[in-house]
Amino acid sequence: MTHILLRHREIPEINQLSVYQKNGGLAAFKNAVTTMKTTEVIDVVKNSGLRGRGGAGFPTGMKWSFADNKNWPHYVVANADESEPGTFKDREIMEGNPLQFLEGVMIGSYAVGANAAYIYLRGEFWEIAESLDAKIAELEEAGYLGDKLFGTEYSLRLYTHLGAGAYICGEESALLESLEGKRGQPRVRPPFPPSVGLYDKPTIINNVETFTNVPMIMTNGADWYKTMGTTDAPGVKIFSLSGRVRKPGNYELPLGTTFRDLIYTHGGGVQDSRKVRAIMPAGASSSLILVDDDKILDTPMDYLEVRKLKSELGSASVIIVDDSVSMDWLINKTVHFFKHESCGKCTPCREGTYWMARLTERIHDGRAVKADVDLLLNVAKQMQGKCLCALGEFSTMAVVSSLERFREDFDNAVKA
Amino acid sequence: MLSKKYPKEVKQILSKYPPEGKRSAMMPLLFLAQREEGYISKAAMQDIAGLLNVTETEVAGVVGFYTLYHEEKEGKYRIQVCADLPCALRGAEGFVKNLCDNLGVKVGETTEDGLLTIEAVMCLAACDKAPMFQTQGPEGIKYHENMTVEKTMELVEELRKSAA
Repeated sequence: MTHILLRHREIPEINQLSVYQKNGGLAAFKNAVTTMKTTEVIDVVKNSGLRGRGGAGFPTGMKWSFADNKNWPHYVVANADESEPGTFKDREIMEGNPLQFLEGVMIGSYAVGANAAYIYLRGEFWEIAESLDAKIAELEEAGYLGDKLFGTEYSLRLYTHLGAGAYICGEESALLESLEGKRGQPRVRPPFPPSVGLYDKPTIINNVETFTNVPMIMTNGADWYKTMGTTDAPGVKIFSLSGRVRKPGNYELPLGTTFRDLIYTHGGGVQDSRKVRAIMPAGASSSLILVDDDKILDTPMDYLEVRKLKSELGSASVIIVDDSVSMDWLINKTVHFFKHESCGKCTPCREGTYWMARLTERIHDGRAVKADVDLLLNVAKQMQGKCLCALGEFSTMAVVSSLERFREDFDNAVKA
Repeated sequence: MLSKKYPKEVKQILSKYPPEGKRSAMMPLLFLAQREEGYISKAAMQDIAGLLNVTETEVAGVVGFYTLYHEEKEGKYRIQVCADLPCALRGAEGFVKNLCDNLGVKVGETTEDGLLTIEAVMCLAACDKAPMFQTQGPEGIKYHENMTVEKTMELVEELRKSAA
């Protein structure tokens, strides 16, 4: 399959401006600015059916149309905080095909009338920020960024901004707080960012992968995009495959590709020819899919089908867990992650992750009694629906699902 | 003073944000303050508070929130090994242990020569290239992927030589 996002795998040096242009790059942005109304750009994206690739799957064009036109200026923010354990796709895009990503941000900015866009990168992406800065300078030099572009009245500037190590800043309202120079703690919503965002102005925030789709949609049309993927979720998705597979990595595939295809055709199968015991399709935030029947591997990976397995596709960071792994070890890992990353603002998450971590540690260390396992489930269930943002909710997903679907592991850990 | 020491950088950082968003310069200024010594001193926090018209407490609140800012001097380079779930499924826990044994330190400790601090950190978005770590030092942050203890010790030797 020819890639439309990870195009650097077929086109060497597409990260160079001249090569990107030779392959049609930046024509879509110029065409939009010089010949299209902003609403026309939004309509194309709406008609393509593109959904946000950061995890929530919200329709992109619809989000863009929500930018409050009674309140100006507008801002665009690219969420490059990629921090979900198991996700490493945005990095590859920004390293391999950075200009297509930037062009997507530029088209999005034009569509919502923003004259400034910020790319918020996790602090660890230091080297990527440096290379994006160089690309942005080149685009300014070449007349694609700056004042009165292509002789029109439209002006646009792009800036990178580094975070400093905090998973919560991937949550869009926490990201905005962080970008404003504060601690990254989520805001109470509503209002949502398209009404009140950066500096209290309407702000459109999308994931890196989402933006990277846009130039191809503008170039080839919404109908072309809909020929890929499913009716509910058109287009391609980058699946970050990790865990116990022979060939972990990013695989750009149509939405609706089966787990089996991803794991065996692309990922080379399970390490040491073991069996898949569980799948975490949305990284550490996943409900674990119990693979007790081989047919489960034939489930198409799209938002609706994965939900039928009582899990979520999320950002499609697929972690494969084989039959050598015990779930008490696994959730001890995920819970410690969320405990570390809880921002401390709301009580259920701050306290709940702390108590869950004490319990999972005790269970994993073999110091627990059976009542501790019940208590763990109790704590997790009490957190659900009560946290200010999704982080608290996410922290309970692996806990509750593994206790419900892999109970024997916990009973064994308690007995031993 | 940050603005005396790095006038060009400070000006460039402030130019990225609108006047009403001046405080956005906080995080880049903190990285700048941390550049030489590897930690952010009280004096630097006062300095940044003055530049942005906020209180020192607000600056300290930001410093304390994020893991890449440090308030104490540790090794010149921090080796931050990802030991999170996806990396752990690919051998990261054994890697950290072996590396520590080779360096004669525990996680969180600094080598005697003051060059290296070993830290176990959360996911670094390199799950397909485990074991991996990043080095945080005066030149910024750099990724090292598909690592072995042998390869890491070679890197340590290079760092020791360049620091000597």
